[in-house]
Amino acid sequence: MNPPDLAQIWVYLAQKPLTGLTLTLCAYVVGDWLYEKSGRNPLLNPVPIAIILIAGLLWTTGIPYKDYFEGAQFVHFLLGPATVALAVPLYQQLETLKESGPALLIGILVGSGTAAGCAYGFAYLGGASVQTLLSIAPKSVTAPIAMGISEQLGGLPSLTAVFVILTGITGAVLGPLVLNLTRIKDWRARGLAMGVAAHGLGTSRAFQVNAVAGAFAGLAMGLNGLATAILIPLIFAVLF
Amino acid sequence: MIIRYLALILICQLVGETVQVATDIPVPGPVIGMTILFTGLLIKRGLPEGLNETAGGLLRHLALLFVPAGVGVMLHVPRLADEWWPVFLAIVPGTLFAIAITALVMERLGRSTLRDEDKV
Repeated sequence: MNPPDLAQIWVYLAQKPLTGLTLTLCAYVVGDWLYEKSGRNPLLNPVPIAIILIAGLLWTTGIPYKDYFEGAQFVHFLLGPATVALAVPLYQQLETLKESGPALLIGILVGSGTAAGCAYGFAYLGGASVQTLLSIAPKSVTAPIAMGISEQLGGLPSLTAVFVILTGITGAVLGPLVLNLTRIKDWRARGLAMGVAAHGLGTSRAFQVNAVAGAFAGLAMGLNGLATAILIPLIFAVLF
Repeated sequence: MIIRYLALILICQLVGETVQVATDIPVPGPVIGMTILFTGLLIKRGLPEGLNETAGGLLRHLALLFVPAGVGVMLHVPRLADEWWPVFLAIVPGTLFAIAITALVMERLGRSTLRDEDKV
């Protein structure tokens, strides 16, 4: 029997879903380890670290993203059930949510408009192409809704997914600094802002800090998705 | 992670996806599923401990679930290199500005209903 050819083993492994799945979890473990090691420094968020590690490895080895996703889709799939599970913290904070009703709704509407308006306006001022503009407008909305809106407008859904995640990372990493600078002393307001502007990644960060902030972020993420899904296509239909 | 409650969460999502396809509304299935589960909890007037545990398990590592889609950034490197300036403007100052405005509006409007335990 011939000795096994390493290159062939590599080709075999690269096509297995197990490889993509293992890679995703390991890269996240490394990211999380660095984050803990740094004393939970928000600048060392595990998500961008994991993304850079995986993208770097795929790029150097020449494994296509499609092959990686064959395995990583098992993690990706859990986004759906996790969204459904947000009903639980919402229910736990029901009393607080009810008490802040009108403020909450106005806050979400203003935030929704500001997030989409700033995304489109700043990209336009920077000289973005039409396709980029249409893909970036819904960037603060949770990925599945944002991709749907982008498709409806004529943008590129996969590009929108990237903008959504970059937005979430920015919000999760730098959002708390902005909230400290603006001296926001209300957990509800801090959570709401993170959920509106930075969807699930902002919500995840809010949950790490405070349960009330997390629940407000989750609700804001859901309602912002709803508001943006209805408003952006309407505004575009009227203006263009 | 309790299988019965994991099944319940998946059923809510499945019903949500079905409603979305049947009515063609622009809200994704999981968000409709979340509304269904929330309504169920309101009707039942109580949170089963097992559901709390299962949902907590899914939400504890929510951030991890964004990694696979995020790696998709490698497909768009040429465009991001060409248009890095407008993309940067929209994503970094754009997002942070939206966070500041939203928090300021909510804090101002919510001042009368702020409880001590929700203060930072």
